[in-house]
Amino acid sequence: MNRSRAVQAIAGALLLGLFAGSVLSRRHLEQARGSEATLEEVLYMPSGKAVKRLSLGYSGLLANVYWTRAVQYFGGKHIQRSQRYDLLYPLLDITTDLDPQLIVAYEYGAVFLSQQPPEGAGQPDKAVELVEKGIRQNPAYWRLYFTLGFVHYIDRNDPRSAQVAFQKGSEVPGALPWMKVMAARMAERSKDVTTSMLLWQGVAETSQDNNVKETARRHLVSLRADRDITELERLVTAYREQKRTLPAGWADLVRAGLLRGIPLDPGGEPYVLNPDGKVDVKDASKYPYLGEWRYNIERRF
Amino acid sequence: MTSRLSAITLNTFREAVRDRVLYNLIVFALLLVASAPLFGQISIGLERLILINVGLSSISLFGVIIAILVGIGLVAKEIDKKTLYTILSRPVRRWEFIVGKYFGLLLTLIVNTAFMTLGLYAALLVTAHHLNKADLLLLVAIYCIVLQFMIMVAMTLLFSSFSTPIFSAIFAFALFVIGTFGEDMRNFAAMSTGVTRWLATGAAYLIPNFASLNLISRVAHDQPVDGSVILFNTLYALLYSAALTAGAVLVFERRNLK
Repeated sequence: MNRSRAVQAIAGALLLGLFAGSVLSRRHLEQARGSEATLEEVLYMPSGKAVKRLSLGYSGLLANVYWTRAVQYFGGKHIQRSQRYDLLYPLLDITTDLDPQLIVAYEYGAVFLSQQPPEGAGQPDKAVELVEKGIRQNPAYWRLYFTLGFVHYIDRNDPRSAQVAFQKGSEVPGALPWMKVMAARMAERSKDVTTSMLLWQGVAETSQDNNVKETARRHLVSLRADRDITELERLVTAYREQKRTLPAGWADLVRAGLLRGIPLDPGGEPYVLNPDGKVDVKDASKYPYLGEWRYNIERRF
Repeated sequence: MTSRLSAITLNTFREAVRDRVLYNLIVFALLLVASAPLFGQISIGLERLILINVGLSSISLFGVIIAILVGIGLVAKEIDKKTLYTILSRPVRRWEFIVGKYFGLLLTLIVNTAFMTLGLYAALLVTAHHLNKADLLLLVAIYCIVLQFMIMVAMTLLFSSFSTPIFSAIFAFALFVIGTFGEDMRNFAAMSTGVTRWLATGAAYLIPNFASLNLISRVAHDQPVDGSVILFNTLYALLYSAALTAGAVLVFERRNLK
């Protein structure tokens, strides 16, 4: 009896000690392999069609596994504020080969791919490739045309292609009427902040994912601030032309009749007027995409 | 003690080798390996790749199936046939019985793997008419497959020490499937926050990690394997399987066999 108890005590102690040792060795193993080892290995089979054949009919399940991996890969890189997302497109490509009807992979995958690093992969052309593949597989799903037009307009600065996408999407039965409005706006070939805001508003309203909604909200407030700053800097220029000097503060512009009161940013804080006449927000962390629109305008138009 | 352990080990090996299911699986696996060159003929430039993938996957999958099918009966069969009482009435301790059974089944799997490895190399020789230096890399993947078997055997032995054969098989197979996604779970844990992070991390370390032991795709593409990966894989498999065997001993010591 006593011997049995001794064996039990030793076995219990060994169980705990060895398990703790296995955890330690696994941590070393993870370091030795690197965080992306598994993903790199699953991509040794780069053809989604080959993976589908090997899935023995469980391609839907495997597509979910690959989609989860793509999301985890993107999430991990996003948290690290990474500048490179090399494995993202291959993972999305295999996912959609395995399940061509997995709409979520096209819609969110395009957002992941198109945004500039570190918010996304900065590969808008790949995003277009992915969404066009989704449209070929799901021609009756008009929202993919919206996603395509969105990427063309916002990330590729290509209103002409965006117009074609919105126009085709508006012809799909069941498409919402504002797709035609968007096509008409694109036809103007101009990149204005109101159109960009309308597009992000569309994303915020049509997306069912809270993270995407939050991203759209941040873009919207950044665009509003961008629009305000552009207008305020125009007023500062007008003041300088009138008075031959820069305003010392917002009060000067109010006294000159150019403003009705202290201008507030979307967060309710007063805008900051710098001595050189440039306008800024008080807390830039609330506007992660601030200046992006103005930068795109300068770059493209 | 050593002679008692080796006696149980050899008897377990002999018993497993006599099992007809075992032979069927080996024949089936060898047939699959032998037919691999045919798969290669329906694709272009992938003969070697397909042969290695199919061959190594067969060795791994059939080994796991053998580990489960034979492992679940290791304790239950001895109790059903009442042979356990004869064994334990001799100067054999319960822990020696469990550890002996573990080594016996592991030996069976190693011998099977050796035969299947010979079959794979023969198929490679038939396909390519020669073997090259890169083919030696296959041995690294096969070594890691054996490490997988160490964990699988310990796992089935643990389940069979307290559960019925059918449930032991279900538990072991389920854990094998979960373990193949072990690194996905670890990645999920790394991205979670708060209590979810702690729970997911705990679960990720609790389940066996078969993902890092699977080097099939890597060697099929002639990618070298880092020495530290082999070292830590070995350490992990040794410690994890020893922990599971200690668990099986603990359960079996406490079990009322009357």
